[in-house]
Amino acid sequence: MTAAHPLLEADRVLVDYPVKGWRRPPFRALKGISLTVGAGETVGLVGESGSGKTTLGRAILGLAPVTGGEIRFEGRTISGLGKRERRALSKDIQVVFQDPYTSLNPAMSVGDILTEPLLVDGISRAEAERRVRSLLDEVHLPADAARRLPREFSGGQRQRVAIARALSRDPRLIVCDEPVSALDLSTQSRVLDLLIEIQELTGVAYLFVTHDLSVVRHISHRVAVMYRGEIVEEGDAATVTSEPAHPYTRRLLLAAPVPDPARQAGRRAERHRFLAAQAAPDH
Amino acid sequence: MSQPIDIDIDVAGGPARPPLPGAPRPGVLRRLLRKPAAAVSLAFVAVVAVAGALAPQLTANSPTASEIANALAPMGGNHPLGTDGVGRDVLAQLLYGSRTSLTGALIVVAVSLLIGLPAGVLAGYHRGWFDGLANWLGSLVMALPAIIVLLVVLAQWGRSTALAMTVFGFLIAPGVFRLVRSSVIAVREELYVDAARVSGLGDARIMRRHILPVVVAPTVIQASQLLGIAIVIQAGLEFLGLGSANQASWGGMLSNAFQNVYFAPRLLLWPALAIVLTVTAFCLIGNALRDALGAADAGRRARRRTDAAAGPVVTAAHDAAAQDPPADALLAVQDLHAAYPRPDGTESVVVQGVSLTVRRGEILGLVGESGSGKSQTAFSVLGLLPPQARTSATRLLFDGQDLRGLSPAAMNKLRGRRIGYIPQEPMSNLDPSFRIGAQLTEPMRHHLGLSRAQARTEALRLLERVGIADPARVFASYPHQVSGGMAQRVLIAGAVSCDPDLLIADEPTTALDVTVQAEVLDLLRELQAERRMGVILVTHDFGVVADLCDTVAVMQSGRIVETAPATELFAAPRHPYTRMLLDATLEDSTPRSARAVATPAAPSRSVLDLGGDR
Repeated sequence: MTAAHPLLEADRVLVDYPVKGWRRPPFRALKGISLTVGAGETVGLVGESGSGKTTLGRAILGLAPVTGGEIRFEGRTISGLGKRERRALSKDIQVVFQDPYTSLNPAMSVGDILTEPLLVDGISRAEAERRVRSLLDEVHLPADAARRLPREFSGGQRQRVAIARALSRDPRLIVCDEPVSALDLSTQSRVLDLLIEIQELTGVAYLFVTHDLSVVRHISHRVAVMYRGEIVEEGDAATVTSEPAHPYTRRLLLAAPVPDPARQAGRRAERHRFLAAQAAPDH
Repeated sequence: MSQPIDIDIDVAGGPARPPLPGAPRPGVLRRLLRKPAAAVSLAFVAVVAVAGALAPQLTANSPTASEIANALAPMGGNHPLGTDGVGRDVLAQLLYGSRTSLTGALIVVAVSLLIGLPAGVLAGYHRGWFDGLANWLGSLVMALPAIIVLLVVLAQWGRSTALAMTVFGFLIAPGVFRLVRSSVIAVREELYVDAARVSGLGDARIMRRHILPVVVAPTVIQASQLLGIAIVIQAGLEFLGLGSANQASWGGMLSNAFQNVYFAPRLLLWPALAIVLTVTAFCLIGNALRDALGAADAGRRARRRTDAAAGPVVTAAHDAAAQDPPADALLAVQDLHAAYPRPDGTESVVVQGVSLTVRRGEILGLVGESGSGKSQTAFSVLGLLPPQARTSATRLLFDGQDLRGLSPAAMNKLRGRRIGYIPQEPMSNLDPSFRIGAQLTEPMRHHLGLSRAQARTEALRLLERVGIADPARVFASYPHQVSGGMAQRVLIAGAVSCDPDLLIADEPTTALDVTVQAEVLDLLRELQAERRMGVILVTHDFGVVADLCDTVAVMQSGRIVETAPATELFAAPRHPYTRMLLDATLEDSTPRSARAVATPAAPSRSVLDLGGDR
């Protein structure tokens, strides 16, 4: 067991993106983020656009440049790994992206999309195909889905394919980057329930990136709130999403409309009071 | 083409309907041969190629042997097409010439692909210093005048068609390079390439499986165009006498024919025909290829809309007598239908029998999931559906005026002036090449007849009204210089600038962050109360509905299944679909951290038929 180390540990992570133009200072997307994700745990990462939440996910996946600090997986530093070592890590860390329309290659059949990572792992084709059948079953897609192209599926079904791809090599951690925000309401809750079901079955951990507080409350054990490249608040999901301590989280929560006219009127009034009380608004 | 299929997946019970197997997609070649122009062109090129290859078998005459005594012989006898000015057999020259032409064209394509393709893939995939260098070199080569380079090379190393074509291939390689590079860059940004990288695929495999297939189509199309260009350039060089000396060529034939144009004009005919037809064939093949390869992608995002009948329509009591619109109705729509023709002759119905009423000062929420027809309904009222859409309604009254059959000019007068519109994507609805001020003042000057100065004053006032801190700066800015929330405020200012009676807002806050959304909703509420506008708010978000709407109409599969005052709808939804949607909102779900660990993963909503996992 990895009692000594959490599954994933981000330690004062910095990410800088170069800015076009001669001698312009780089843009700092992450300003020293520290965060842990335990085995089998879901940590929600909430923030608005430009908060850096997606960048943190990409840094963990090795898709964004870590300029400072460290990311550790089971105690081993994984930021700044070489290509070969990074590839070996792909067995343990996987991803589900936001847009199910561009995250699946439109020219490949669902079967090919799902067998590809298995074949890379050196598994025989027959074994890979057997595994794909059970994966499709796991995400509640019909077995003959393997023969069809992604465009024959709806958004929710495509997202199930993406989840199956992420699960194919029994990862320990899946970075979910807004996996339900492109989906319809009813589909959204079913995909979330599927993710919860899979977690309870396999013990995989999720880093769940989203802008939606109600989604994060539904799926997360713990929540971290990001604002302009920093984590402003972190804690138990129920507490953070109902009694936030930080003014920004509070602003976020009060801005999300409740599907109930009377309660929404109350929340709106509360938000106006809160904003009036906040003498110095940011910026 | 196979139709995209929407099937139902029920979480609890597996597939609700057996999915249709995807129809086999015909290959590119099959689709190509189905086009008459492409089939004829391919056949013609094949004939030319065979004629060139079998030239020695097809004619006993040598293309280069000249019988001076028999110059300009007429057609017939030993020389079916006669002889040219120095007594060479025309048919033999034509046949051997096609060999020269096609070989030359192939050299050009081979050289340019050999250089351009790998360079483009490398530069596009890895970027960095190689990309910079390759781009710089490419621009340099493109800046060179090709004909002059060719002349210099041929002057230096002697007359040779093969050499000329190799150099020409090198000169046009940057074109191939740029095309390949830009298509690689486009795919590289796709999420599925990121996903492949996270899956642990090596660069070589990602390149082969995910990137090269996308590059192939544009490259093949360009190659077929290059073949045509190469033949023309080659003929030009030969015409100038720069081709290989002992080789028959179409350009050389043209040159000789021009010398004898007064004695035997028919000599011009054969090489000219050969060149024109071959080049045309290559062009047509390129065009058809583009269509055939493009068609493979056309259906990528097309979705079939289900025409499944929804359940019974539930209407609250106060609207049951909707036969006659209430006297204060601003907009009255009855039995609105909208449909698009499908390629196979049938129709896809997107709105079927929608009836709704908006009173002055009322906000009507039009709610539904994607594909429910809510936006299509709004666009029908605006008269903004694409021309191929077929619409009908038994009533479409705006403030007593019948909108059906209104001329486009009359409709234009209403839009902007009396009916305002707020779109979903603020950025794509502002023209990037005009300043915000110009885009705001133009409708006011057009509709209200304000002078430039008056319109400017009014626009600044409006910008201030919609909560923009520095109206003068935003007025003078281009759209890309402001944030998304700011752009949406600008569009709202524009929508209310001519003081409309009806405002149609299509998902006005969906693209915005939640804190910005709250501010925009506040603004909409204030403006609506200030001006007593009727509003149709199209949205999928019940939170937004609860925040703003007086009345709600829920749409499913092109129909309104339930209409009710907002308080009633949220308190006691009647239609099962409305109930399912409200149940699916996560707002009131127990936080996971507070739930017992052993929650059964089968929520009650999954027992309903949800009408597709769309």
